[in-house]
Amino acid sequence: MSSSDYDSACLPDLLPLYYRRLFPFSQYYRWLNYGGVQKNYFQNREFSFTLKDDIYVRYQSFSTQSELEKEMQKMNPYKIDVGAVYSHRPSQHNTVKSGTFQALEKELVFDIDMTDYDDVRSCCSAADICSKCWTLMTIAIRILDRALREDFGFQHLLWVYSGRRGVHCWVCDEAARKLSVAARSAVAEYLSLVKGGEEMMKKVVLSDPIHPFIRESLTVVERYFPRYALQDQDILGRKESVDKVLALRLHVRKELQQDFQNEKKPESRWKLIREQALRKQSTAKKGQHFEKEIMLQYCYPRLDVNVSKGVNHLLKSPFSVHPKTGRISVPIDLKELDTFDPFAVPTISLICEELDRPREGDEEEKSAETNENEKDTAERRKIRDYKRTSLAKYVKHLDQFLDGMARSWKGHLLRKSDLQKEF
Amino acid sequence: MQFPSRRRKQTSNPQTELYAHPLQFYGEPPLENMSLAEFETFAVDRLKLLKTVENLGVSYVKLSEPYAKKLESEFKNLSFPYRPEADDRKTQSGPNEYDKRRKDHISHFILRLAYCQTEDLRRWFIQQEVDLFRYRFNDLPAKQKLEFLHRNNLQYDTISVEEKKSLLDKLVNSSYAVSGITVEDQDFYKVPFQDALDLVRTRKVYLKAGYVYIPHQDIVTIVLNDFRTRLSKALALTARSLPAVHSDERLQPLLNHLSHAYVGQDYSIQKNVGKISLEQIDSLSGKSFPLCMRQLHQSLRENHHLRHGGRMQYGLFLKGIGLSLEQALQFWRSEFIRGKVDADKFDKAYAYGIRHMFGKEGKRADYTPYSCMKVILSNAPSQGDHHGCPFRHSDPELLKQKLQFYKVSPSGISQILELVKGMHYQLACQKYFELTHNIEDANFSLNHPNQYFIESQRVLGGGKDIKREMDAPQRPQEITAAKGNNAPREAATNDPQGLADMTEDLDSFFQDA
Ligand code: SF4
Ligand SMILES: [Zn+2]
Repeated sequence: MSSSDYDSACLPDLLPLYYRRLFPFSQYYRWLNYGGVQKNYFQNREFSFTLKDDIYVRYQSFSTQSELEKEMQKMNPYKIDVGAVYSHRPSQHNTVKSGTFQALEKELVFDIDMTDYDDVRSCCSAADICSKCWTLMTIAIRILDRALREDFGFQHLLWVYSGRRGVHCWVCDEAARKLSVAARSAVAEYLSLVKGGEEMMKKVVLSDPIHPFIRESLTVVERYFPRYALQDQDILGRKESVDKVLALRLHVRKELQQDFQNEKKPESRWKLIREQALRKQSTAKKGQHFEKEIMLQYCYPRLDVNVSKGVNHLLKSPFSVHPKTGRISVPIDLKELDTFDPFAVPTISLICEELDRPREGDEEEKSAETNENEKDTAERRKIRDYKRTSLAKYVKHLDQFLDGMARSWKGHLLRKSDLQKEF
Repeated sequence: MQFPSRRRKQTSNPQTELYAHPLQFYGEPPLENMSLAEFETFAVDRLKLLKTVENLGVSYVKLSEPYAKKLESEFKNLSFPYRPEADDRKTQSGPNEYDKRRKDHISHFILRLAYCQTEDLRRWFIQQEVDLFRYRFNDLPAKQKLEFLHRNNLQYDTISVEEKKSLLDKLVNSSYAVSGITVEDQDFYKVPFQDALDLVRTRKVYLKAGYVYIPHQDIVTIVLNDFRTRLSKALALTARSLPAVHSDERLQPLLNHLSHAYVGQDYSIQKNVGKISLEQIDSLSGKSFPLCMRQLHQSLRENHHLRHGGRMQYGLFLKGIGLSLEQALQFWRSEFIRGKVDADKFDKAYAYGIRHMFGKEGKRADYTPYSCMKVILSNAPSQGDHHGCPFRHSDPELLKQKLQFYKVSPSGISQILELVKGMHYQLACQKYFELTHNIEDANFSLNHPNQYFIESQRVLGGGKDIKREMDAPQRPQEITAAKGNNAPREAATNDPQGLADMTEDLDSFFQDA
């Protein structure tokens, strides 16, 4: 792997190659065009590029896939953000009467960032992640994916690794794209359990009855908690971390601290906490769910509500490169979620290098090509290009995702043409 | 004058029919002629009522007992139909029920004319009318609620007995006041979750596959949603027909006058620029800053950084107390470069935002310092944030420690914590003001951090620290008698994500808390 070590100084050399031969433009266009069901949906979409030296250009928009390709190959953005679908072409936003240029629709998005968990992970801090704390992202995806599907009835959820220390979710259902700001914020708040800033230590407070959504989420957390929190993070090991767990649990702290003197094993300590909670549940009125609150405070997904709320908020695009790590922002296949390893996600250096490796089976393909016209040949070469790299499986996943969505567009288009026939 | 109307309905006695129920959806505009004097009284009275609704919503939990009591007495004072009464009680003194209902009807439509003119005004008006409607609907006896639904053709899908049985557990656990028995007894409505956002947001309802299951007792949520949607559509329509109304030179000044009444002190007009020096800020923060700002100042000094929410809340406050743009830039830069940010990065990443706050960048909007209500209700702090209101967003335990540290007496602390417990955050802050300024009664009703600052300076020696012109300019408030004003006017953002965020902030802000 050493040859694929990424050096950010090489980015200017690698990006042109990436955008010319590897970036999956056709899938990308297929996604954002949404089957052409709505007019100008792709054309009125905002893209923004971050160029060299942090130069930030907003309100880019493109009328066709090939225009998008050409522009990206010309500008070679360090980072790509996707914004809303506007009432007019974003590139012309200065020419329309002020006030009429408005963000109309966008996917419902979620942004989960590991830095928001700094107070509950001891392995790393800030931008660093490791395989231990990555479990937090796995938990987050499991909980949110279930809720968005089962509770809210959404079906087309694209989960994407951000390239560094977090994950994004793009809910692409038509109903999701049309949600108002108020509805987005209501969804985000429904999904938020951990609340409060630096002045709040007890960030999860449960009250009776426990909502079915919280029950479901707890089931997920319970699956990971012993391994993640008790072993990997050892939250009941050292004295300081025990103190933190029990902080503000005034009514049980003393007793438990005493019990802990004779019991060092984290699992057994946790058992003591549970027993204590059970006992309290049968007698006391307040704070009877503290063992659940602790689990949630340590493991429950922490959402950036502001990102989800705004229709016009920009979010890093799938298949954008992370300039610091060089990793590609790739879609995550939930069927393989438990084995997803952020450190195994290909860097731009790796895939560019893979491209240079000698080809196999070249002959065969050549013969198949002879009858095609030239444009198709170029197109097919590009497809073959990414297929020779470790990017292939991620593009394939996007393809599958798009196929799923295409089935719903078909239904839509059929209905539409039926209607037309009637008149 | 003739009330502008689109068409006249030919029923035998349309008005009596219209006023047959104490509450209405305001579906039909009034069709009668009325004097300009009556027109004006009606309008002013309704405005007073809406102001009361707004103020009570800040000081009390909506629909709590004191809230309902105060609102009820305001209804009486202003002769609005405050309680569903049978028609045969006309013998009592003062206007009869019919007159009150007529006044309710007409005054609502007059304010529609005045408040349809801008997005801002519409939002304010809708919010107050929705709160008012909630209170009144809630107050109806069960039978009249049903009658209201029938009258207005409000029909919602109910779920079958079997479905109810199969979901029993979930329904019981997702609604606070529902038990197994009451589930069997009452209807459950199934509507798209978008129609009951308040219940979704607070997780007070069962949600499955995009639908919420609402027990009959919570039906007010769906009705309100309907009310809000219709009103907002109607206002948009009225706005379009406005030119006609505006050509009426008797009406126009009155309407403008009415619509200006809701705007209170916003502490954004800077008369006092440059009266404070940067060196004074540390000492002022201890003496005259409200706790929210003191907390921000302290964490800025400690961490040499504040996240976006904190920069906005504190930056606009500082602007409001009189920092000039140059001072502000110097203030933030000198602090940030002591941390992880170097001068170059500061100029690139942060200076824009500060100039933006002063309206020197982007849309040149003049951002208004946040009111307490905005601090308390919108953009709650999350991981890494120090903004918000300490009375609302701190663990009571930490708040207590902090108050002890600031040398508030134990009895004072317990009074404050008691108010916090009752969710009277601004009153708690005011109590803190009184205790730290050694006065019995603050004599003002706190609704703005900048107001706190000004009042504090006034108490501490008539502005020895800074000159007297600190008084924020008071915009004309000719009409309203209500004291204090909390109309949230602007939300702001300085991120490059764009200015349109501003309106979006407001959007969600105006949703019910
Ligand atoms: S009540 Fe208002 S002034 Fe007082 S701390 Fe809270 S937000 Fe600040
Ligand atoms: Zn880690």
